[in-house]
Amino acid sequence: MNPSGQSRSSSNSGSAERPNGRSQVLVAGIGMTPVGEHWDVSLRNLALDAMNAAMEDAGGLRPDALYVANMLAPALSGQSHLGALLADFAGLRGIEAATVEAAGASGGVATRQAYLAVASGAVEAALVLGVEKVTDKDSGQVEAALATATDADYEAIQGVTAGAQAALLMRRYLYEHGAPQYALAGFSLVAHENAVANPNAMYRKAISLEQYSKAPMVSDPLNTFDAAPMADGAAALILTRADARQHSQSRPAVEIAGSAVATAAMAAHDLTDPLGLPAGAASVQAALARAAVQTEQIDLFELHDRFSIFAALSLEAAGFAERGGGWLLAKQAEISLNGRIPICTYGGSKARGEPGAATGIYQLAEAASQLQGRAGKNQVSEASVALVQCLGGAGATAATHVLRRVSNGI
Amino acid sequence: METSRHWRLRQQRYALVGEVCPNCDLKIFPPRDICPDCGHEARTLFQFSGRGEVYSHTTVYQAPAGHTEGAPYPLAIVQLEEGPLVTAQLTDLADRPVEIGMPVEMVTRKLRSDGERGILVYGYKFRPRLPQGQPG
Repeated sequence: MNPSGQSRSSSNSGSAERPNGRSQVLVAGIGMTPVGEHWDVSLRNLALDAMNAAMEDAGGLRPDALYVANMLAPALSGQSHLGALLADFAGLRGIEAATVEAAGASGGVATRQAYLAVASGAVEAALVLGVEKVTDKDSGQVEAALATATDADYEAIQGVTAGAQAALLMRRYLYEHGAPQYALAGFSLVAHENAVANPNAMYRKAISLEQYSKAPMVSDPLNTFDAAPMADGAAALILTRADARQHSQSRPAVEIAGSAVATAAMAAHDLTDPLGLPAGAASVQAALARAAVQTEQIDLFELHDRFSIFAALSLEAAGFAERGGGWLLAKQAEISLNGRIPICTYGGSKARGEPGAATGIYQLAEAASQLQGRAGKNQVSEASVALVQCLGGAGATAATHVLRRVSNGI
Repeated sequence: METSRHWRLRQQRYALVGEVCPNCDLKIFPPRDICPDCGHEARTLFQFSGRGEVYSHTTVYQAPAGHTEGAPYPLAIVQLEEGPLVTAQLTDLADRPVEIGMPVEMVTRKLRSDGERGILVYGYKFRPRLPQGQPG
């Protein structure tokens, strides 16, 4: 414990209290496992690897609460009650622990719960873990489990899948905005390019437009390169107050400067404006307002490219493109590591892999790495502010965070 | 089996019964009891005509468990002529290409079967609107 604190922005020097009375919350440690088909690793061991990595990264800080982001364990592993299971398995027996579920947005929503607990002072150090184990079941069972995030009575009963829902939005988007057939290809191409140097990525291989154009359909017009592969993965964060951070850490600190969650109608057909991503827009506005950050100050945007159409919708909802203009950003000059607004800097869900509820934690860990300058070949130069957003379903839940570097020259 | 769960939805599945808001007259499907527009209680039943047009469509190749039998199958969001959007499979297409804006009408078809001993779930699908089904 370091009561004096040692990593503070100049505007906050001398106190960990923010002007609004809430404590400054730092990302003190991150841990990620490779995303992929881990036939030899169980749900709990995958989780343990990520939790151990995060605690070690935080200088051995022991958390007093665990927030688990998971959606599919009840359906695919016959396992609920992950809070107690994983706290105990990680050697943290006795601490407060529970699961947070908000479909694909679970990771971001769990992080917000941990953030609120730490900011309020009720919890000194929180461990947020996202874990998903999907490869023990066949693809039909995985599709059915994922479809429980749609309306069971009015969507899933009709044979709707997550991919079909995205395909319905994609076709309508291309139709309304007069976009060409391969308008979204660039999102997939840039994601694959960024995954090449990411040791945790599932597909570390660049792809060509020709490969994209020949890919088989998942749900037309959405092909396999528009869809992120569901895979096993676990990632973890340690959040703590600035004054509780371990003294041994010499790298720049990263704070959660803004945090917001918003919801919209869950069924795609119940959205007044199915292409508007209202929860995405509302959560971005709230998170930026809390951080006192303008869109122009954002150095990178970790968005949730579960399906390529959501990259376009997220860019529009966050204000990086006009309505209907998100697809025009699907090119290197705009979104690659040295583009105008880099996205999916470690490959995104498309190429890093999509570990469901853990996605939001991967995104935050990747963004924190960028702000600390430890992204290696994936480094976005002089990155100091990152916007991070994950989506549940067809955007029914959106969790958005603003991360900011707070020391070493800021 | 979930027999009671499907039975509870029989009016919606077989007859597209939704609601109308007594305050702002919004037509609501699926029923939700609280008007999403004005927040007024909306429990007045309203039967939709079953006519609409395709808002968007796709074909599902990677079907979930329970729907693999009929895969690949055409799926759409249909805009009902009274306003609401509804997600449903398309049927009776033969070789007809589907387009956004295509007029369709509701029919009752089998939605899924749960194995030899399971129940057959019936409900609405939409087919291209037949000439005699067109208004006026």
